[in-house]
Amino acid sequence: MSVLDVQDLHVWFDLERGGELHAVQGVTFELAAGERFGLVGESGCGKTTTILALMGLLPASASVSGRVLLDGEDMLAQGERTVAPHRWRDVAMVFQGAMNAFNPVKRIGEQIAEPMELHGIAEGRAARRQVGALLERVGIPAERAERFPHEFSGGMRQRAAIAMALACKPKVLLADEPTTALDVMVQAQILELLVALADDFGLALVLVTHDLPIVAQVCERAAVMYAGEIVESGPTDALYHAPRHPYTRLLFAATPDLYGEEEVVSIPGAPPRLDRPIVGCPFRPRCDRAFGRCVDDRPALKPVTAAQDAACHLNDVPQEVPA
Amino acid sequence: MTTNGGPPLLEVEGLVTRYPVPRGVVGALARQPQRWVHAVAGVSFRLRRGEMLALVGESGCGKTTTAQSVLRLVDADAGAIRFDGTDITALGSGDLRGLRRRMQIIYQDPYESLDPRFRVRTTLEEPLDVHGIGSKVERRREAEEALRLTGLDPPELFLDRYPHELSGGQRQRVAIAASLVLHPDLLIADEPVSMLDVSVRAGILGILDDLRRRGLGILMITHDLSTAARYADRIAVMYLGRIVEHGPAREVVTNPQHPYTQALLSVVPKRDPRLRQRPEILRGETPNPVDVPVGCRFHPRCPIAIPECRTIDPELREPTDARAGHLAACIRA
Repeated sequence: MSVLDVQDLHVWFDLERGGELHAVQGVTFELAAGERFGLVGESGCGKTTTILALMGLLPASASVSGRVLLDGEDMLAQGERTVAPHRWRDVAMVFQGAMNAFNPVKRIGEQIAEPMELHGIAEGRAARRQVGALLERVGIPAERAERFPHEFSGGMRQRAAIAMALACKPKVLLADEPTTALDVMVQAQILELLVALADDFGLALVLVTHDLPIVAQVCERAAVMYAGEIVESGPTDALYHAPRHPYTRLLFAATPDLYGEEEVVSIPGAPPRLDRPIVGCPFRPRCDRAFGRCVDDRPALKPVTAAQDAACHLNDVPQEVPA
Repeated sequence: MTTNGGPPLLEVEGLVTRYPVPRGVVGALARQPQRWVHAVAGVSFRLRRGEMLALVGESGCGKTTTAQSVLRLVDADAGAIRFDGTDITALGSGDLRGLRRRMQIIYQDPYESLDPRFRVRTTLEEPLDVHGIGSKVERRREAEEALRLTGLDPPELFLDRYPHELSGGQRQRVAIAASLVLHPDLLIADEPVSMLDVSVRAGILGILDDLRRRGLGILMITHDLSTAARYADRIAVMYLGRIVEHGPAREVVTNPQHPYTQALLSVVPKRDPRLRQRPEILRGETPNPVDVPVGCRFHPRCPIAIPECRTIDPELREPTDARAGHLAACIRA
């Protein structure tokens, strides 16, 4: 059974000038315990909004619909009342700017102990002992618990943020661009740590990033988001070697590779605005394979192989489908 | 890969740039010795017209300080910077003014480098105004031409827009256009695409490639080895204020000679999930440039260091396994 099952998630933001922005438009995915899953897309595609919705951390201007089943129980059923008991306890998150995850005037150790105390897992000396063990596990000497966030380097802060996320031994860890602000060597250290933790704790890891190669190296499966929806999902190997949505193919082709000889492409145009209804395929204006049907018929995400889903009409054209 | 004859456009020799570490009141009263951040500690390279050199390295390696020294935004403590044959290391501000026209820089964040109150037209014509170049009509023509060179065509569509009416990629194009109106010979691109969406990066890098073909010398500063490998003619890898490896881009990437370069390349994520190799992850973080290790500055983190590495500060030289023009600063290479 899947540990997390996201079904038809929608998020709308009320705009100050009136109207709504439909940021997440029917996102569906599930993940098994211990699985590493990538959520990939460019800025504004809705990937961060999606995981903030899973954490119940969206601002008041947002409205959410859909179901988020954690071990079969719908966390979104009654809003904050049903999310709060699971936040940090079962589903935890690591943010992009690790500096923002911490209160600058409190010691790192106290902050890591907070979720433990909040959920009644440990207090006082027991909590301090667990904090020390967690810090050691993420590669920080336990005595650094007494330090303040600004005394840590960027990489150390991200390690501490991971320790904080693990404080209540969650089942699911949501990591939002966890290495984007870091140097490549420190990035490698953090990714190695996340993979090891996911294995050791049986954590389901959702890695949210714009960086396809990171997902290719870390995740077994991934979903590619565009304009608020998942346009393709499947094993990372299939996404790279046999993409079934033009956006997936072009996104890989736009990513320079260390040893790649082929031309790096740019995708002309920009994503559609999400504050007005989308007619037809959202990617059509930028697609190099669009045809008549794409203009007014919005393709749904559906299985194209046993393990791969795509939202593209080309998959209904027999001569387009790989044997 | 154009490498035409004549003197190099830019020649940097033994550049040293350091910053004082603030001592604070207590330190000053206690007469503690002044300590220094050795940001650039003896860097040499040449850049020809029509060539792109990528300075690659992690934060704190000195790549940005090198660029700032070349532009004379900071003063070098030692070494020489020759621009088109003229030593500019000690030029006064008057002489620098004329020179600055010929060297331009574009920054990482197009959201910050453009003044939000200015229309594109003003942003592009202002540098010409400042230097008193051309008539009104000529300035307008220069602005339009610069927009065309950066793919913002037809220019009339963009001249009257404000930065907030442009996408990130379009803003970076305007920033490049603004650097082109003065017809520079040298363009320094400091992480030109790292803030942009992947799908528009190739467009920006393609423009730089095109300008290189037209004869500009381009010094690109980047942490992204994949981009450097794909677009630069040569790559110089920096570590703690020094160039530790330098050579033709493909050579450096496919036949790295310095253990630091080898480690860096091994941790660059590859697009193909089947190429999951064991990265050679260096432990700890880059030591800070105040306390630079003696001997080889990389030796405390080096997987192949031998006792001599603690005493010998290696110079850049051609290793036996490398082709001509490929240099590494390692006694084991």
